[in-house]
Amino acid sequence: MCTMITTQAKVEGSGKGASGWFELKEANVSYDHPYHIRMEHALNIDFVNEAAGPGARVAVELSPESARELVKAITAALDQAESGGWIEEAHSHEHQAAHHG
Amino acid sequence: MYQTNMYEGLLAETVIMPGHNGDRIHAYMARPLGSGPYPGMVLLHHAPGWDEWYREATRRFAHHGYVTISPNLYDREGHGTPEDVGAKVRAAGGIPDAQVIGDAEGARQYIDALPYSTGKVGIFGTCSGGRQTFLVGCSTTGFDAAIECWGGRVVQAKEELTAKQPTAPIDLTANLSCPLLGLFGNDDQAPTPAQVNQHEEELKKQGKNYEFHRYDGAGHGFFYYDRPAYRQEQAVDGWKKIWAFLEKNLGTSK
Repeated sequence: MCTMITTQAKVEGSGKGASGWFELKEANVSYDHPYHIRMEHALNIDFVNEAAGPGARVAVELSPESARELVKAITAALDQAESGGWIEEAHSHEHQAAHHG
Repeated sequence: MYQTNMYEGLLAETVIMPGHNGDRIHAYMARPLGSGPYPGMVLLHHAPGWDEWYREATRRFAHHGYVTISPNLYDREGHGTPEDVGAKVRAAGGIPDAQVIGDAEGARQYIDALPYSTGKVGIFGTCSGGRQTFLVGCSTTGFDAAIECWGGRVVQAKEELTAKQPTAPIDLTANLSCPLLGLFGNDDQAPTPAQVNQHEEELKKQGKNYEFHRYDGAGHGFFYYDRPAYRQEQAVDGWKKIWAFLEKNLGTSK
């Protein structure tokens, strides 16, 4: 890796990969070589489940400007949801499984 | 030189070879069909992974008369598409230098033991593989030629060193054990032209056998025809430099 700029967030959610939906555990954020966008370096986000192997991945490659716009959009949506009282308490997937079980 | 009435043939296939610590890892190998003997090449793939470009490069070296092997340096990270495995390694901050050195030496010995090998073996790598090529040349004694293409992080500040990359390769220059060819783009950010100059100064200081070629109008990865970084004129010239350097240092059967 040429920049070695990488960070990780533990996440709870679902991602739709090549084989359908799967449980997300981590979001790996790097500023390094992308695979597809026509840039030498990009802001790459890999939503993954490391325990499920390399194929459990939803990939996004963004220009730095659009990554900053995305951060703003996420924050704005969450702020609006919070002020409207829409934010539910975090719950684990085990809980969800029990609900549907 | 190839003539239109000559027979040509290649064999290209996946093999399993012993790597660092004797680990059995996948490698892609290509060789001319014939009894040889042929000189050999070890290819160290770039940071994005053990991908199609490297398979094609493996066959390209074989087409030019070299028994060529490209070990999957990410083999221990699990299997999947090259991109998925490469993304995993990207998130993990790369792979350990010591492991790469062991895999490269394992690949060299694998070729050396083949009945159609001349015993002369070179090494080639681009991007992180360029850095690793230089590192291997400074950490082993069996290679006969090294080709470093735009190796980023050969020059590393102390704060850039990690458990996986504990030593800046430039600090090992005195140990370089074979002739070195370096190809660089002057618009590259990793390595920057200033870092390439620093790299060259150290080679000069240590009295090493090397040749560096710097290309205007090219940045990082100017050989990659599938990326916007591709620069046709510079890439064609770079490949010519490679074939001349290998003929001089390894010889060829063609």
